[in-house]
Amino acid sequence: MNIEIILHAGLATGTILLFAAIGEIFAERSGILNLGVEGMMLLGAMAGFSTSLATGNAWVGLIVAMLAGGILSLAHGLVTIHFQADQVVSGLSLTFLGTGLALVLGEGLTGQHPPTIPIVDIPLLSQIPFLGPVLFSEHSLLVYVGYIFAPMAAYYVYKTRPGMHLRAVGEKPSAADTLGISVYGVRYFYTFVGGMLAGLAGATISLSVSPGWYSTQTTSGQGWIAVGLVIFAQWNPIRAAFGGYLFGMLRRFILDLQGPALLFGFANPLYVNSNYGFFLQMMPFVLTIIALVWGSRAATKKRLGAPAALGVPYIRGERGL
Amino acid sequence: MNLPYTVIFEKRTADYPKWLPAVTSLFSVIVAFIISGIVLKIIGGDPLRVLKFFFTATFGSWAVFSDTMVKATPLIMVGLACAVAFKMKLWNIGAEGQFYMGAFFSSLVVLVPMVNLETTPKFIVIALMMIMGMIGGAIWGFIPGYLKAKYQVNEIIITLMLNYIALYWNNFWIFDKWSDAGFQMTPQFEKIAWLPRLSDLAKEYKAFSGITLHLGVVFGIIAAIIIWWILERSHWGYEIKLIGDNPQAARYAGLNITKNLILVMMLSGALAGLAGMSEISGVVHRLQEKISPGYGFTGIIVAWLAKLNPFAVIIVSILFGALIVAGREIQPSGLSNLLQGIILFMVISSDVLLRYKIRLVRLEQEA
Repeated sequence: MNIEIILHAGLATGTILLFAAIGEIFAERSGILNLGVEGMMLLGAMAGFSTSLATGNAWVGLIVAMLAGGILSLAHGLVTIHFQADQVVSGLSLTFLGTGLALVLGEGLTGQHPPTIPIVDIPLLSQIPFLGPVLFSEHSLLVYVGYIFAPMAAYYVYKTRPGMHLRAVGEKPSAADTLGISVYGVRYFYTFVGGMLAGLAGATISLSVSPGWYSTQTTSGQGWIAVGLVIFAQWNPIRAAFGGYLFGMLRRFILDLQGPALLFGFANPLYVNSNYGFFLQMMPFVLTIIALVWGSRAATKKRLGAPAALGVPYIRGERGL
Repeated sequence: MNLPYTVIFEKRTADYPKWLPAVTSLFSVIVAFIISGIVLKIIGGDPLRVLKFFFTATFGSWAVFSDTMVKATPLIMVGLACAVAFKMKLWNIGAEGQFYMGAFFSSLVVLVPMVNLETTPKFIVIALMMIMGMIGGAIWGFIPGYLKAKYQVNEIIITLMLNYIALYWNNFWIFDKWSDAGFQMTPQFEKIAWLPRLSDLAKEYKAFSGITLHLGVVFGIIAAIIIWWILERSHWGYEIKLIGDNPQAARYAGLNITKNLILVMMLSGALAGLAGMSEISGVVHRLQEKISPGYGFTGIIVAWLAKLNPFAVIIVSILFGALIVAGREIQPSGLSNLLQGIILFMVISSDVLLRYKIRLVRLEQEA
């Protein structure tokens, strides 16, 4: 157990959650709850992996993964925005659809080795003691993209005009409509953005953090954790990023607990009987529940909450939000 | 390009005809089959051969139809579990976990053992397993219900997380404490804990030999009748539907939403737990790792396709039972997953037909 390794690995796996959760924040901020993150991630992971294999270029794979996630999310957009279907059920069916497509198209990809996203050190910054090795060396380029992306997303949402339109559509679409903002247009756009980022998160797994295609084990529920993280982060991209990193680190820490024979001077029960590892594998999901309960209580106390129009279809000329 | 026609959506003012939901559901399934066929064709398969295989492998003879019914059995109960919760707009996505907890708790009767298996009559052992299964599922339903009622925590995520937790929980016991000589399963249960099967009667009736249909299907049908009665004939059902349709009105009417929320989640969990009990006592006869090929998730689609009608759940379950039976042998293996996703998408899309009339209108020719 080495603190540097735990922090380093946490940043890498946290990047997956960061992309997926910020994508979901964009969609939910516009009023569209998309529970299909797991399906879009899996499709993105498959699409990125197979494209990289076919073209020999991981970056092309990354772009195709984002497009795959984005296009799949448009199915959810059409059904919920135009047909005003229930967003929960539609999101669930998107998960089934994405998973099914990924499994069918990903047949036979297991065990292949396509090019992956390069791992680099940042010059100078990587020389800083402790912080350098943790933050700026031996990371996939995508991890560095994540560092920049989260503050940019926050700036976009809170400080720019399109960001304000986005929030307006999610809080009070009828008011946004009277200002001449296209409610449907904004919702389609950010649903698509959310899908692209979920696809990117998937490809971050299959082309970078743990390269490979292991069918549904590739994402193993991380899409759902990302959806939970959005609530915990109270729809704030910066909080989502920190939440993602923290989660990644806790995960790694929990896994590493199994290593040493002695823990604080006592025989390590996890080392003695490896079956106790099942309880460790439960921990990410237990932690998500705890984080959600904690986050929900804080949100109720501070009267912070979901975008007011989240999950509510907008019909022009009808009474509603 | 200007088309001389345009499609307009007209909001329905009157109620839709009673037969319409059944027609749209059926239509959705057919369209979903066609789309999956196209996908299969694109990736180089032979859709018609697969379709023919699908029907012979699932409805072709009494023996395979019995297999289909065996797969439909847990789906009926899990589908009912989802339907009850969805009626109250409670998104219980955790039927899979509740199924596993039901299986675990009912196994305790045999594995601990809770009663003397030599001397206790069979019907008491079975009844005890049913009760334990329902308790296990209900506990797994209580947690998200309580958290939602008390802290307004989103039940979708909690129920999903509990699915994974239940899986690892089960794994610990079957790998560790009750592992059968190191295999990832418990030893086979004593015969007394098996649900009766039709093949048990093969001595008297030749036709039943090899028919694996078990008593669980009766549980499913009785459960459907009880749930129908609760929802359509009882005061409680009226409360559930009112809270689901209009929580504001329900609150003004003085209904106890907190209590109902927890109770409905527990009822939903108990039904899924009973499905888990029926599966291990009627089919696998031991606790092991993969007792469910995703029954809990398929149950969501079943409930929605059945438009939350308990009797329609039975019929839809048979179709999905067939999908599971055929899916085991159809390649690529994700195909039945894909088909389920497309079916659900088609169903929710077709709901627009229930709210709107769609008409084709001739545009007026401009000069």
